[in-house]
Amino acid sequence: MKVVNNKTKSIDGLGIMKGRKAYTDDYAEKDSLIVKVLRSPHPFARIVSIDDSVARNLEGIEMVLTHKDFKRIPFTRAGQGYPEPSPHDKFVLDEYVRYIGDEVLAVVGINETVVEKALGLIKVEYEVLEPVLDFENAKDNEILIHPEEEIHEMFDIGFKPKRNIAASYGMEIGDVKKTLESCDYVIKETFYTQAQAHVMLEPHTVNARMDYQNRIIIYSATQTPFHVRRIISQGLEIPLSKIRVIKPRVGGGFGGKQAIHGEMLVAYVTYKTGKSAKMIYTRKEVFESSYSRHPMRLEMTLGADKNGVLKAINCEALSDTGAYGEHALTVFMVTGSKVLPLYNKVEAVRFVGDIVYTNHTPAGAFRGYGAIQGNFALESAVDILCQKMNVNPIDFRKKNMMKEKETSPIFEIMGEGTAGTAMIMESCKLDECVDKGMDLIGWKEKYPRVETKDKIKSVGMAIAMQGSGIPYIDMGSATIKLNDDGFYNLMVGATEIGQGSDTVLTQIAAEELMTEVEKVVIYSSDTDLTPFDVGAYASSTTYVSGNAVLKAAKELKNQMIIEAARILSIDVERVNFDGKEFWDEESDKMISLVDLSNQITYSHEQKQLQVTSSYVGHKSPPPFMAGFVEIEIDKETFEIDILHYVSVVDCGTTINPMLAKGQVDGAIVQGLGMAHFEDVKYAKNGKLITNDLLNYKIPTRLDIKKLTTVFVDSYEESGPFGAKSVGEIGIDTPPAALANAVFNALGVRITSLPITSEKIFREIRR
Amino acid sequence: MKIDLTINKQKRTFLVEPNEYLLDVLRRYDYHSVRRGCDNTSCGVCTVLLDGKPVPSCSVLAIRCENRDITTVEGIEKEAEKLAHYFGELGADQCGYCNPSMALTVYALKRENKNAGDEDIKSYLVGNLCRCTGYVAQHEAIKRYLGDES
Ligand code: FES
Ligand code: FES
Repeated sequence: MKVVNNKTKSIDGLGIMKGRKAYTDDYAEKDSLIVKVLRSPHPFARIVSIDDSVARNLEGIEMVLTHKDFKRIPFTRAGQGYPEPSPHDKFVLDEYVRYIGDEVLAVVGINETVVEKALGLIKVEYEVLEPVLDFENAKDNEILIHPEEEIHEMFDIGFKPKRNIAASYGMEIGDVKKTLESCDYVIKETFYTQAQAHVMLEPHTVNARMDYQNRIIIYSATQTPFHVRRIISQGLEIPLSKIRVIKPRVGGGFGGKQAIHGEMLVAYVTYKTGKSAKMIYTRKEVFESSYSRHPMRLEMTLGADKNGVLKAINCEALSDTGAYGEHALTVFMVTGSKVLPLYNKVEAVRFVGDIVYTNHTPAGAFRGYGAIQGNFALESAVDILCQKMNVNPIDFRKKNMMKEKETSPIFEIMGEGTAGTAMIMESCKLDECVDKGMDLIGWKEKYPRVETKDKIKSVGMAIAMQGSGIPYIDMGSATIKLNDDGFYNLMVGATEIGQGSDTVLTQIAAEELMTEVEKVVIYSSDTDLTPFDVGAYASSTTYVSGNAVLKAAKELKNQMIIEAARILSIDVERVNFDGKEFWDEESDKMISLVDLSNQITYSHEQKQLQVTSSYVGHKSPPPFMAGFVEIEIDKETFEIDILHYVSVVDCGTTINPMLAKGQVDGAIVQGLGMAHFEDVKYAKNGKLITNDLLNYKIPTRLDIKKLTTVFVDSYEESGPFGAKSVGEIGIDTPPAALANAVFNALGVRITSLPITSEKIFREIRR
Repeated sequence: MKIDLTINKQKRTFLVEPNEYLLDVLRRYDYHSVRRGCDNTSCGVCTVLLDGKPVPSCSVLAIRCENRDITTVEGIEKEAEKLAHYFGELGADQCGYCNPSMALTVYALKRENKNAGDEDIKSYLVGNLCRCTGYVAQHEAIKRYLGDES
């Protein structure tokens, strides 16, 4: 392979570094109306009255929008396949506000100053209601967060709003209770994970204008432009054909932009007034009023026999979706489906639980998408079990974990929102990942701990898996066209959000067309101009969209060869092509691609060669990895210093090894954030205290000492050039690996995230 | 009110409000490379050089810049190209929202301390957050850039 799996620079890095116009707000019209939202100071309240008489009449105020301006059409902000597996439980604006930061009304004016002033002049009278802030007491609480009648599910997701349940799920393979009874060793532990914030550096941003055909053109920093178009159309009853959504460069997403945020209000304003409008979330709004990761409680029971065989896993989970149910069911299912198959030799496995409403900031999609929560619980529990059995946790894992050519019945039972798809692991080098990781971290010398006078050094590890798109649901497509002078345009619906998909997809096309990256010009994510793609989520872009690109490139190559055969007057089978020239061995006839493309553009039998192909996965081959952490703990303060993180990853072929490494490195650091740095704190009244970057600490440069990220040789037959996904897998292991390392150092088990010195201190004192 | 200043070696006059921050003025005047990432000076993506020193433009009142010298990444094109080269070589670029501010800060560091060691680099750049890369590839790229005498 010439282009794939070779050092190829990102195609856009130079222009981005030079500060070229690229991101959503760079494209806002100069005269855009500013849209700002008045947000609820109460966790739960009914809006009794709004006095906006002064604000409305301020010079420069265009309009004040309240719930009375909108038809009651429930929708979900979640950008997912349609019909969505998330409940339609949200209105553009509502009479009720359900968390601190929820939308009360919107003010629209000619500049920030006047809008801010107007916001201060509006008087809202609330009937303050008692909130539900403890997710463990939300189910069947007498306080109902969503009593409204219009809300509904699109298909059965276990939606029971009269019990504060957004969705529920349950599955059992074998008989867990019986199997556990037959086990020689059983452990049970309860784990808690926090509402991690995405902190993509570009806040949610959107702007809109009407064009000369009287269509609304929306620029949005989104991961799902096609879903945004659909949701706006449904929520505002604007015909789909009147809406164009363009996704420019996006400054990070991590799942946070797999939903609509300001789009609905901005689209409404522009459509209604005919004027351009824009909205940029403040950082506080990103924290409080977009969504976070689903906090969960996970009760794990594991049972093993005396031969060291893991026999049963029981996971009872509870997830807090906050005020709205975005991604509620699907995140929850991934907690089971992309975690539990790791140990596929069990006789019985069960995964059940509810996703409940509370009066907190909603939860939604976030890299890892449930798997990181499940992984923390399972991989901590495995170490607890090993300790009880007095076996080496690595030997235990190697004996019980998934291997190549094996499967798990879970794949068939659990999908995302629906049943799953059976599949065999055609590529799974997890054992190699574990071995290599042990070497790279120096496990043999360092496990479990090395003590010095004031410090203890220790190691911990965890294994993980993810998926590659959602089979039979996620669709990606690509159009490739041949231009005169022999270069190509590649149009994809796939959504570059900083992960490098434009580069990776270009490489796939270039490889197949045997040309250089420079000869393939990519344009992505414009609902008018590019073919459909579900967007950037579920680790689907390289695998699903990449396969679509490969298909299109193959077909275009065929068509070019047919043209060459015609021009050279030979049979198609006799045409050779090396990316630059078409020739016939026997007759020495030859035409270059440049000449061919010029001819069919300008002179003989002119035509445009262009191919559109689509791809829907028939399975979701999981990438696998082993993560190892080395830490140093101060014996007095219990301060944790993360010295080294080793990631050994099987993601099939790395289309772009450097970008793949970047995906893993970045995800590891986000995972370490969740594991150690990113504490989420609420005030008694449900107010998020950690609502800015001073109070919510993401890892900085100084916190990251050493990352070693390597890939094992692996080839996934069904992936483009052997590739699987790599976007999410990196985030899963740090919480459990760190918890295990802390245990190996001190013998205390921290079961809630983040793992801090205060928690260690408290545990030790107990 | 009107203020005169030099930006990227060009003398310009900007019309500003007395309470307007430099960041908002620069964006209004189409210096798109300067971006906002937070509300309270805690992310670094709005960094510009003010009289050669990196400052967060979100916390500098525009009127304070009267007769002063501002550099955005558009003013250090060649340096940005060099840094981009090393970023590309090491796969250190992801969403890039933090990149122009990084280029300015690293450029300032290079002028202040050519021999900056690992910890110097990290400390100097600690205010420039990046949520995508995990910092390690960036760090390597920055080291190569600092060592590039061309
Ligand atoms: S915008 Fe974040 S520091 Fe200025
Ligand atoms: S590359 Fe995205 S924030 Fe740094």
